[in-house]
Amino acid sequence: MKEIYFTVTEPLGIHARPAGILVKEAKKFASRITVFKGEKSCDMKKLLALMSMAVKQGEEIVVQFDGPDEEECAAAIEKFLQENF
Amino acid sequence: MLVAEGKSILKRIGIGRIKIYRTPAYDISEEEIRDPAAEVERFNDAVQKAIEQQGVLYEKALESAGEESAAIFEAHQMMLEDDDLQDTAREIITDQKKSAEYATQTAFDQYAQMFAELEDPYMQARSADLIDVKMAVLDVLLGNDTESLQGTEPSILVAEDLAPSETVKLDKSLLLGLITREGSAGSHTAILARSMNLPSLIQCKDIDDSWDGRMAILDGYNDRVIIDPTEEELAELTARREEDLKKDALLQDLKGRPSVTLDGRKVRVYANIGGPEDLAGVKENDAEGIGLFRSEFVYLHSKEAPSEEVQFAAYKRVVEAMAPRTVIIRTCDIGADKTIDYMHLDKEANPALGFRAIRICLTRKDFFKTQLRALLRASAYGSMGIMFPMIVSRWEIVEARKILEECKAELLQEGHKVGKYELGIMVETPAAVLCADDLAEEVDFFSLGTNDLTQYTCAIDRQNANLERFSDTHHPAVLKAIQMTVEAGHRHGIWVGICGELGADPSLTETFLRMGVDELSVNAGSVLPLRKIIRGLDLSGQAEK
Repeated sequence: MKEIYFTVTEPLGIHARPAGILVKEAKKFASRITVFKGEKSCDMKKLLALMSMAVKQGEEIVVQFDGPDEEECAAAIEKFLQENF
Repeated sequence: MLVAEGKSILKRIGIGRIKIYRTPAYDISEEEIRDPAAEVERFNDAVQKAIEQQGVLYEKALESAGEESAAIFEAHQMMLEDDDLQDTAREIITDQKKSAEYATQTAFDQYAQMFAELEDPYMQARSADLIDVKMAVLDVLLGNDTESLQGTEPSILVAEDLAPSETVKLDKSLLLGLITREGSAGSHTAILARSMNLPSLIQCKDIDDSWDGRMAILDGYNDRVIIDPTEEELAELTARREEDLKKDALLQDLKGRPSVTLDGRKVRVYANIGGPEDLAGVKENDAEGIGLFRSEFVYLHSKEAPSEEVQFAAYKRVVEAMAPRTVIIRTCDIGADKTIDYMHLDKEANPALGFRAIRICLTRKDFFKTQLRALLRASAYGSMGIMFPMIVSRWEIVEARKILEECKAELLQEGHKVGKYELGIMVETPAAVLCADDLAEEVDFFSLGTNDLTQYTCAIDRQNANLERFSDTHHPAVLKAIQMTVEAGHRHGIWVGICGELGADPSLTETFLRMGVDELSVNAGSVLPLRKIIRGLDLSGQAEK
């Protein structure tokens, strides 16, 4: 299992359309990807669940990757997060 | 004849038959169904079709309204593709043996409710998107033909309210006017109306189904609609409408032309705006820049002091959209008649002379720095001016500029880009006029705020109706003050503009030009009429007395 920490800098937080693109990116991988914010968690492959976490600017999330392609998956998602959020 | 009142968006007249835009009835049965597998199939097909439709709407909006408006439909597609949402609906069909319609309604409403309960206002607003996509799926399931709701004849459309998906679907060539019961000045209906120059009445509480097919005049000048008008009314308002159209055509001809007098004096005609939503009007009216961007809107529209990022996004959007044209942004001008809860300002006996504008900013330095940092960062994206309001003394500019320099140094150290910008002040107090020579040494430009300048010069409260007899917008003292300011500015080689209401007064245009005013910043609708006047002036001879 791999884990990354990420703090959101995008003013609107993880919002609708970019969140949708993030979900698409996540779906390319076989690994299970779980997003944690405080006590809440959700599957990164599910848009509405991800949006309803309402991750705002300045908040930190933890993302866990679990599966056969977790190494490259973690690298790709981390890069995507840095570029878009 | 029948008259109903509302709030008009534009001073325009629309004449034609009324068409009631009826949102289809959604009769959804709660009965048990026999074949859940078939119902699941129907649901899957409907969702697929709705996704395709959102794709078509995306293309359509991209073409007619641009990427920003279109993005919403892409987000709708992604919501429809959500597995959780679809699974919830499918479970209702299989477990409770309900119809695809019932399952759609229940599942989508449940998610809409979940978003509505989130604290974040942005996420709350997504609830409306879920309702919008729910309708799209239901329309497919129920076979509702939403394309023909508008009819095939040109008409004045009357609706309760219009969702973004509905406004995009409308055939604009058949629209003579738009009347809604709901809506605000910032609603989709209003935005559509402004971008299309469409006569529109919102908040018209008396709309009625019985209006369907009847002749009507939407009178935007008087915020009303007349159903079954008399022959005389019809003749009178048709004539007025034709006059408007003629004037429009003449003004359209002025787009892209310079604001220059017959003898070659150039004047910059800029627009005043309150926020990014006014950009369409600025472009539509071909303003040569933005002479006053009232930054208060970022403060008034939020529950807590807006963050640097939120402000940066708004300023950047305007500066970027206007580049290479200039955008002058006035720093926070709250206080006096514009109060905000989270600022916790004390009640004052004399707010117009009280703790407001630059006085608040210089006292609450951190609050001021948030805005200055956002402005400096936005300056990297185009041509910007920063303007301080309510200046009375030279030290205020010196201190404000020091804070600005401090912010700039911090930003550069943090690795942010900062562009070039002009620095100016509002001249709106008699003190600033009398010390204009001193103040001019500190800044790149002056902009005369004639509303406050008149109020402070004449000691007349502009909100007080009892003072009408004593108030004179052309008071010689005000005109003298403007002249003194222009002369002082020019002595020090800086430009001087007017951004108050007086700037748009056509009876003073020649006077201002003869004084040497370099820039007039007015509401967007006055830009072309003002350009027309300027192009007809000849300043080479003596002024007519």
